[in-house]
Amino acid sequence: MSDQTEPFSAGPAEEIMLAARRSRGKFATAMYELGKAPLTAKFGLLMIVLYILLAVFAPWIAPYGEAEVVSPKVYAAWSDEFVFGTDQIGRDFFSRMIYGARNSVSIAFITTVLAFVLGAAVGVLSACVGGWIDQGLGRFVDTLMAIPGLIFTLVLLTIFGTDLITLILVIGIFDATRVYRLSRAVALNIVVMDFVEAARLQGERLPWIMGREVLPNILPPLAAEFGLRFCFVFLTIAALSFLGLGIQPPLADWGSMVRESSTLIGYGDITPLLPAAAIALLTVSVNFVVDWFLHKTSGLRDV
Amino acid sequence: MLLEMRGIEIEGQSEDTWFPIIKGMDLTLRRGEVLGLIGESGAGKSTMGLAAMGFARDGCRITAGSIVFDGMDLRAMPESQRRKLRGVRIAYVAQSAAASFNPAHRLIDQCIETAMFYGVASASEARQSTVDLFRRLHLPDPENIGERYPHQVSGGQLQRVMTAMAMACSPDLIVFDEPTTALDVTTQIEVLASIKEVVRELHKAAIYITHDLAVVAQMADRIMVLRYGEVVEEAPTRQMLSDPQEAYTKSLWAVRSLRKDEDTSGDKVLSIRNVTAAYGGGVRVLHDVTVEVPRGRTVAVVGESGSGKSTLARVITGLLPPISGTVEFDGQRLPPALAQRPKSLLRKVQMIYQMPDPALNPKRRIGDMLGRAVSYHLGLSGKARDKRISELLEMIELDDSYRERLPMELSGGQKQRVCIARALAVEPDLVICDEVTSALDQIVAEEILKLLLRLQRDLGVTYLYITHDIATVKAIADEIVVMHQGKVVESGPKSEVLSPPHPAYTELLLSSVPEMDPDWLDNVLAERARGGAGAAAVEGDR
Repeated sequence: MSDQTEPFSAGPAEEIMLAARRSRGKFATAMYELGKAPLTAKFGLLMIVLYILLAVFAPWIAPYGEAEVVSPKVYAAWSDEFVFGTDQIGRDFFSRMIYGARNSVSIAFITTVLAFVLGAAVGVLSACVGGWIDQGLGRFVDTLMAIPGLIFTLVLLTIFGTDLITLILVIGIFDATRVYRLSRAVALNIVVMDFVEAARLQGERLPWIMGREVLPNILPPLAAEFGLRFCFVFLTIAALSFLGLGIQPPLADWGSMVRESSTLIGYGDITPLLPAAAIALLTVSVNFVVDWFLHKTSGLRDV
Repeated sequence: MLLEMRGIEIEGQSEDTWFPIIKGMDLTLRRGEVLGLIGESGAGKSTMGLAAMGFARDGCRITAGSIVFDGMDLRAMPESQRRKLRGVRIAYVAQSAAASFNPAHRLIDQCIETAMFYGVASASEARQSTVDLFRRLHLPDPENIGERYPHQVSGGQLQRVMTAMAMACSPDLIVFDEPTTALDVTTQIEVLASIKEVVRELHKAAIYITHDLAVVAQMADRIMVLRYGEVVEEAPTRQMLSDPQEAYTKSLWAVRSLRKDEDTSGDKVLSIRNVTAAYGGGVRVLHDVTVEVPRGRTVAVVGESGSGKSTLARVITGLLPPISGTVEFDGQRLPPALAQRPKSLLRKVQMIYQMPDPALNPKRRIGDMLGRAVSYHLGLSGKARDKRISELLEMIELDDSYRERLPMELSGGQKQRVCIARALAVEPDLVICDEVTSALDQIVAEEILKLLLRLQRDLGVTYLYITHDIATVKAIADEIVVMHQGKVVESGPKSEVLSPPHPAYTELLLSSVPEMDPDWLDNVLAERARGGAGAAAVEGDR
């Protein structure tokens, strides 16, 4: 085959594609993909960035302090001084909305991270080890999942008290069961691949196989799930706050704010809908982005 | 002229760009003629075959050219009319019959579906003609086999049922897209013979797509060699085989001539003694298997799928501890299970897999993969590690820039080279090669075999080479072990095993391997009809 210049090259078309892919850096590729993203995903990303900015710069943006009583008048109407009026003890509603972004979003984020670290680690372990450990963990998780979520959380929070750490732990562990299910299922598809067997034959230890061989290959579905889980965690915390067992005063939180001002609805005042709308907007935005991300990583086409 | 395709151009889509797959190709076919399309994967064979039906896959589009079938321009007519032709006048037989049947319906109902749908025949007529086709295709019990479900017949039978399905409406043209590639050689010969007979007797025109030269030599009247979406050469079969013109065609033909002189000297590096093994305590897949492997040589383990050859590899590597029997390595008894073997022992036995894709972690760079093996087992780091990676890349004839690449950025042959480098990175004594070339195109496969042979000469490594392909065995083996249904049928030096007298199964296996002679199939069948050694075994297609 001396007459062939490159006896084992890929076909010319493939080579061009590969070269094009290589020539672009990671950042450039990300920017390129972003440019092509559907409008919904762009909108979602924009909203998420806005929420993050609000959360980080809350003290500078908010006109008043988080727990500062600024008006002797409770439930004041919307005015130039208090944009969305005041709450039941005369704090500025608008300021508390902005601080709420900080509290609600960050607590939900930490809880989701906890759920993922725990759920993914145990899930991948289950898939890699198999056998009775897998069975045992699986049945334990089944048992946890068989109990209605909100009621179970309520019971635990009543027993252990409603401080922030307990809240995060209870919801985090409970949500980890779902992450466990997902990560175990996707990891099972990877564990049967020859490269995992090759790593075993090379004598690699379990942490290496879990962390280096399996985990990088299940990240896309996990990342997508992270977005969805975050929404659910957020809603759960909001629901708990509404019931009075979530984030405790004086911390500003959208869920509790809905509850505290809910009576206003009866008087045709839409103020309680504002924190609810903030929650809805964030959840919808995250879902838009997750949808797009799933589409990209699963190789689905828009047909 | 039944089919006339002129100046066909087809494009495929990747991300946002369209790139050419077929770059202006002509194809003509007369009634009763069989045209063979051959080429490597990516040559555009299947795309061209589908275009003959006026069809382009999702993500592909026909951009230029005319397709005239029996006086009708397929490109000019609306899709609804083209659909009426498909299945009725032009039929398609896909590679994997198992994936093409609906497992929930009986075979006969699926076969007559097209005829019923287009109202070509009544149910009873269609049934009758299908049974007739079953008989022509030599399916056992043609009257009743149609009442079975797809999982109740063998792979070879299913492929023949699919041929019957394609022919149910008595089409003028049939496109066969690698119909026997997924089958074992002993099954393949049956399917080939049936297809050939039916096409010839019913005087059908056919396009036969394959990458196997020997197969196309049996089936086609005329051969077209494709590469990168262009016709390299076109000629009648006999002329093409005896006198290829283009350099590329010649190189394709030369692949099968690779030979190695046998040498069976050397002390035994691996001895497998009386091993019996089963999965999950169930059916035994290995029965009392004994194999000896001399150092620095190649022992080929040959057999069909299900013969237990891959299970043997799992026993050696410790992935499947045997029920009884021992595996000795370097005169030392190996602990049966992987977990009991020390790291130093694991280093000495390495494995190369059939499919390079699942064998390489898609998220790790080539340099990292090789580097990890080197530093984990040989304890190299820093510059020494870097140098070793460069050496390994040089060894597999890839340049140093490849260390930064991901597996996705490599061609199939290059990926397999990386797998070889990963196995050899830790300086093993024994490398188990599990069908390492069967997923590759012939030219690429030959490159890989040459590489393996060169590395054996340079490094003195021992290969246990598992394969079902006799041509590969001839190319690289010193000793051969023939396996059938979990037992060793015959073993010994290559020259001994390949020359008569053979045990019945070896005879059947050897005589089923297609040769590059257009008369081969007819001769073999004639001989078997006279009552050759393998005749009885052939009758009972599993």
